[in-house]
Amino acid sequence: MKFPGIYEELFYKALRIRLVEERIIELYPSDKIQSPVHLSIGQEAVAVGACQSLKQTDLLFCSYRSHAFYLAKGGHLREMFAELYGKATGCGHGKAGSMHLAAPEVGLMGSSAVVASTIPHAVGAALAAERLKKPQVIVAVFGDGATEEGAYHESLNFAALHKLPIVLLCENNGLAVHSKLEARQAYRITDQAKSYGLPVAYLADGHDVVKVHEVFSGIVGEVRRSRCPHFVEIRTCRYKEHVGPDEDSHAGYRSVEELQAWKSKDPLILNQELVAQYRPVILQEIDDAVEFAERSPWPERSELLSDVV
Amino acid sequence: MARLSMVDAINTTLHELMAKDDRIVIMGEDVGVDGGVFRATVGLLDKFGPDRVIDTPLAESGIVGAAIGMAVYGMRPIAEIQFEGFMFKAFDQVYSHASRLRRRSQGLYGVPLVIRAPYGAGVRALEHHSDAPEALFCHLPGMKVVIPSTPAEAKGLLTASVEDPDPVVFLEPKRLYRLFKEEVPEGEYRIPLGEARMVKEGKDITLVTYGGMVSVCERAAQHVAGEGVDAEIVDLRTVWPFDIAAITKSVTKTGRLIIVHEAPRSFGVGAEIAALVAERCLLSLLAPIKRVTGFDVVPPLARLEEYNYPDSDRVVRAIHDTMQF
Repeated sequence: MKFPGIYEELFYKALRIRLVEERIIELYPSDKIQSPVHLSIGQEAVAVGACQSLKQTDLLFCSYRSHAFYLAKGGHLREMFAELYGKATGCGHGKAGSMHLAAPEVGLMGSSAVVASTIPHAVGAALAAERLKKPQVIVAVFGDGATEEGAYHESLNFAALHKLPIVLLCENNGLAVHSKLEARQAYRITDQAKSYGLPVAYLADGHDVVKVHEVFSGIVGEVRRSRCPHFVEIRTCRYKEHVGPDEDSHAGYRSVEELQAWKSKDPLILNQELVAQYRPVILQEIDDAVEFAERSPWPERSELLSDVV
Repeated sequence: MARLSMVDAINTTLHELMAKDDRIVIMGEDVGVDGGVFRATVGLLDKFGPDRVIDTPLAESGIVGAAIGMAVYGMRPIAEIQFEGFMFKAFDQVYSHASRLRRRSQGLYGVPLVIRAPYGAGVRALEHHSDAPEALFCHLPGMKVVIPSTPAEAKGLLTASVEDPDPVVFLEPKRLYRLFKEEVPEGEYRIPLGEARMVKEGKDITLVTYGGMVSVCERAAQHVAGEGVDAEIVDLRTVWPFDIAAITKSVTKTGRLIIVHEAPRSFGVGAEIAALVAERCLLSLLAPIKRVTGFDVVPPLARLEEYNYPDSDRVVRAIHDTMQF
């Protein structure tokens, strides 16, 4: 697909992710989605802006909220829907579900339900790339909550000590399930990362997809050149509940105004002209992917015992 | 008596225990303001305040490690880990310290700590949200492992676990949280750790089980009753140290044993029971011991989960095999 400029291209990619997740929300009550879902709605621009700066051979390690990164890195939509349906044609053969999406063929090396647990894997991959003199950049994606875990600090230290070609990308949505960041952290994330000697970038507006792309491109270019680790924190907002398809303003842990402030600068809401232009072609693709998932077979019983050792 | 679900019984018990003993402190992710992701700690923050109901950072090793420190200081911490699969990050603290400090201090002090976590499959999550890791904890000298099978049992066992002078991993079958209600005794109610529950007496075959598998075994027992097979069901409830006397007594009577658990088979609780029964009452056995368990796999997504999670059909088939041996 041809785009008049980078804004339109990034907008299209972000809108695609949003419409995919809105379809998941529509489908959820039908019970066809077999997996718990942690939706990225509101955070799409981070994934799109970041992945636009990466080559397919660059590797990404994600968390359980990874639909956006899976799609932005080039994972197949049909295989994603099939995975959510628990079908044999899914990217995890219907065994992994939404929390463990992977598309190694495009560099998405895995995602995990356990907070912060894939950050060391990214560090290890960067160590391997460095030792084998591959020109790859490795990216670890994690949320603000992950910075409270021991594995996170072990990883930052390791990456900094060994000067590894890794971007540590913190998607800060300010929430861990229902706990706000202020109730959980005695430190500032960027200050803390600086204490390991890492160059640090901070972006206050995770909706500005072009800016995310510019900043991230600069960082990726620098890592590719210098083979040294960089840290970037991008503020963003998850619109939906921690897990599941619903809003959660009734839960009382964040104000409607807070959410509204983010929505009021969301290009995917503001620019309805572009939404109207791209929506039909994206919906067509989504229809096809859902149809693929619907008609795909369930995994055979024997699949239960496959790929164990 | 009130009719409560298991999660409400746990919540009520926590309220009552905390009101009675101000050494009890609850700590974990989202346990305070939010009331826990399964609502097990709802209302505790309002009633007992932030000094006793502590919302922690996302740091499982830190939660359990700090709870150990509080326990050796003389408090009675109850640490909640949000899902059983997140407990592995705290395993170092459980393995290296909680289970060992009584021994290491030559008996001078223990670790009166309860680690609560939702447990097991049957809710269409998968992997870390559906794990059955009890055998890992049973394998640690010094640890106790408790898994309740009903709301009233949850109350009695949680009370005994909190009062126990040593560390207890208290695993709550999340499938049972809201599956059914039953009458739960009001006021103080404790079930001593280490004592099994006779769910149903029978003379032909013994089913030893616990947690979410108890009701599965009850359905299987009902089914074979129609065929004239009288099955006895023993609910371990304290999975370790389990009530070997109750098991051997039953097996000596029936001569047949099936162990049923949802955890993977190899090196599981069933293997330990089978070994002990073989050591102690081999000559009473009329048929080989059987196990009906989860397969040796990571809990998969929904459709395959149905194949992995033992159901009453699988237990009935095992009963048939054993009776026809």
